[in-house]
Amino acid sequence: MLKQIQLKVDGQQRTVAVDPETPLLFVLNDELGLHGPKFGCGMAQCGSCSVIVHGQVVRSCVMPVSAVGEWEVTTIEGLGTPEHPHPLQQSFIEQGAAQCGYCLSGVILTAKVALDANPHASERELRDALGGVMCRCFAHLRMMRAILKYAEAKRA
Amino acid sequence: MMPSRRDFLRTSGVLVVAFGTGSLTLLRVSAQGPFGTHPSHIDPDKLDSWLAVDTDGNITAYTGKCDFGQGILTAQTQLVAEELCVPMSRVKLIQCDTDHTPDQGTTSGSQSTPANFNDENLALAAATAREALMSMASARLGEAAEQLTAADGVITNKSGRSVKYEELIVNKQFHIPLNPKAKRKPVTEWKVLGKPVPSLDRPALMTGRFQFVQSVRVPGMLHGRLVRPPNMGATLVRVDESSVSGISGLVKVVVRKNFVGVVAETQQQAITAARRLAVQWNVGPELPVQSNFFDYLERQPSHDTLSVDSGAARAKLAVASGMLSARYAYPYQMHGSIGSSCAVADVNASHATVWSATQSVYPTRSVLSKILGLSIDNVRVIFARGAGCYGLNGADAASFDAAVLSQAVGKPVRLQFSREDEMKWENLGAACVVEHRAALDPDGTIAAWDRENWIASLGNRPGYDRPGNVISGFLMGYEPEPFSPEHASAPKGKLRNNSNAVPPYFAGCVGGECQGGGRIRSERSLTHTVRSPFFTGPLRSPARIQNTFANECFMDELCERAKDDPLSFRLKHIEDPRLAGVLKAAAQAASWQARAAEIASNTQTGTVSGLGLACVNYEGDNGYAALIAQVEVNLDTGVVRPVRFVVAIDCGPVSNPDGLRNQSEGGILQGMSRSLVEEVTWDEKRITSVNWATYKTLYLDYEMPSVDTVIVDTKDGRAMGAGELSITITPAAIGNAIFDATGARLRTLPFTPERVLAALTEWRERSTRLTRVWKRPTLAIQVQ
Repeated sequence: MLKQIQLKVDGQQRTVAVDPETPLLFVLNDELGLHGPKFGCGMAQCGSCSVIVHGQVVRSCVMPVSAVGEWEVTTIEGLGTPEHPHPLQQSFIEQGAAQCGYCLSGVILTAKVALDANPHASERELRDALGGVMCRCFAHLRMMRAILKYAEAKRA
Repeated sequence: MMPSRRDFLRTSGVLVVAFGTGSLTLLRVSAQGPFGTHPSHIDPDKLDSWLAVDTDGNITAYTGKCDFGQGILTAQTQLVAEELCVPMSRVKLIQCDTDHTPDQGTTSGSQSTPANFNDENLALAAATAREALMSMASARLGEAAEQLTAADGVITNKSGRSVKYEELIVNKQFHIPLNPKAKRKPVTEWKVLGKPVPSLDRPALMTGRFQFVQSVRVPGMLHGRLVRPPNMGATLVRVDESSVSGISGLVKVVVRKNFVGVVAETQQQAITAARRLAVQWNVGPELPVQSNFFDYLERQPSHDTLSVDSGAARAKLAVASGMLSARYAYPYQMHGSIGSSCAVADVNASHATVWSATQSVYPTRSVLSKILGLSIDNVRVIFARGAGCYGLNGADAASFDAAVLSQAVGKPVRLQFSREDEMKWENLGAACVVEHRAALDPDGTIAAWDRENWIASLGNRPGYDRPGNVISGFLMGYEPEPFSPEHASAPKGKLRNNSNAVPPYFAGCVGGECQGGGRIRSERSLTHTVRSPFFTGPLRSPARIQNTFANECFMDELCERAKDDPLSFRLKHIEDPRLAGVLKAAAQAASWQARAAEIASNTQTGTVSGLGLACVNYEGDNGYAALIAQVEVNLDTGVVRPVRFVVAIDCGPVSNPDGLRNQSEGGILQGMSRSLVEEVTWDEKRITSVNWATYKTLYLDYEMPSVDTVIVDTKDGRAMGAGELSITITPAAIGNAIFDATGARLRTLPFTPERVLAALTEWRERSTRLTRVWKRPTLAIQVQ
């Protein structure tokens, strides 16, 4: 059953007509045309569909769009643009912290939220925060370096 | 007026749909260069197939080697910029599109660099183009080509007169063949190649804008979902379409022999329909028991190949005293791409266009033509990157599935596998058993070494005409590559070591010529290919990682028997100076000391640390690497934790050192995951590793070791592959480090805590009986 749903995504007010049980991910990809959040497993096991909802990282593949309500949704595309990347994205660019790059929504958004909550988070704490995020190309070392460099600059 | 989608397909490169503020906007994201499609674009002997000069003097180049995240797009752009003397910003590279790029087969096997960065293909085209432009400029400026210099697309003579590329050849084709005598720019003069240029895809990737195949959308597109059988060999009995009759948005249930899928208007509707569709199957046969699968493999009929057979090896071993033998076992592993495989197909009565993450656009086009019954000229396959594939993941299978669904409904269909469809049905990395037998001479060198391996195989890449090599084609009724047991004939011709079945210490003598690079002349290597119960296919370092794990660990066992140092023992058996070179370079960077400590046989508790060494000449001719692993082993829990890796790599002149380091690091850490946790499991009926709870990987919370990559930059050699070098030697280096730390030898991958504890218990019992503690030599190894 289609229903009109209002969403605030990456700073813009959007209206979609979808089945309210549709996962937020499919709405972002198919209705709003966003490329950033991606289907990886559909089971909240990998992180590639991650978005920020109301300041928390959620797995949009298992969150029904009807559960979003008034909360603002921020995707990796809302963080910055290729011309004006967010400083964390800039740090990933400088470190070359990716190979295929499919996992980056999970890695970048999870790290951002962890550092927003605790700018003094240790490497250990950041790793713990990334516990449910995977990268199958194993760019782990460069990713952690990019996150730590960003954290350092943010604190300075 | 907006042109129709068909017009775009006819006239443009990749067609995708981008979304503006609420409305759909068609974008041409990939122009095909100034000449459009023409027959010469398919003929690899013609320069115009590879390269064109645009009206503004910019260069458009066409390649059949595509980028999945390994960085080859950036490196090839560097190559063209270097040879044409323009900045990289003036080069546009079109990759893997059957309407525009030459057929370079498959992007695989670490062959992109050998193929395109030496004296053929793209490199030769770029050199041919530069020389042709210089020759035209010579005529225009009235001066010998040798007196001219080129920079930023402008050719200048000594007196300062100049002409731009576009003035020489504006909007015209070269109409010349590739010139086999065209000279590459010498490595010593490189300004763009050889530099750590940041990969070009970074800004789009890091900001989520990059267009993966998963993001391709075309107007009027529907969504597909599959209903795979319960297990391998199951056959379809009946599909009850009434079970889904009430589902809104459902367009069609598609059945073709044992292939079942649904098409609906949205992804959610397709998923719902696939879940509810009542399908009755005849379940397939039982599977061999996993717990003794390696014994099973050795008992099966096999197709045998002898890589090398001196005849003397087995005779010597028959009379040798103190023969050492060991069996190594490597499990099935998965590509396990993080993004499940996806393709978008637009098939009508006469034409098909498929956006695919395949590594093989031309072979895929050929197979699609067969499956769809369309003329090959009317099928176009456009590469669009998927999640990292590491070999033959589900990309080809998804392309076939999407095309069949689209043909059935006559509309474009996007298909993405569920996680289970991806993992249960992919072409797995092959299980393999290796048995070694060897003996030492009185001087402590290896007298004879005989090894044979059993490797499981079913299906493979589909190639140009074998859809049944992957699950989709098989379900549609096509057979996989036939299997026929056969005895090995004597090796002849040149030594073939493509699978690294021949350890680098073998002389590798075939037909009187010894090309193995080692000193052991009593040598035999026999491979038994066995029919696998599951589909198999190339997974990063296929067969090479399996063989090298066994070869390099057994080399360590022989070293222990000889009471020698792992580095000096290897060097004693190597003639190839480049393999010796990487061993020494790694040893120097890691400050390797000949292992002086006694094995801590009495240590029963706590954490111990060890160093392990392994090396390879990949595929026998495609790059050298040596790796030193430092690991900690917790004797109470059996947990192995690598803390440091130092790798030295020699792959000839390096195109992009940063790209090489990225591949080296990723390869080692992926190899570590495969060494410690990755193993496909199954029960009596089916694969049970169907998601990330049942197939393990190392997440980002894993405390990763440091990785140092030493690049041995051999500028005057051939350019060789590097993407599979470091991963190939990682399992062996870790296994050897566990031995160094504990005295226990692990011969089965992955090195789970249970296997480590079992090996420790077994070793303690044995070492107590034999009081087997030896002192390692104390002298420092001379390096460089």
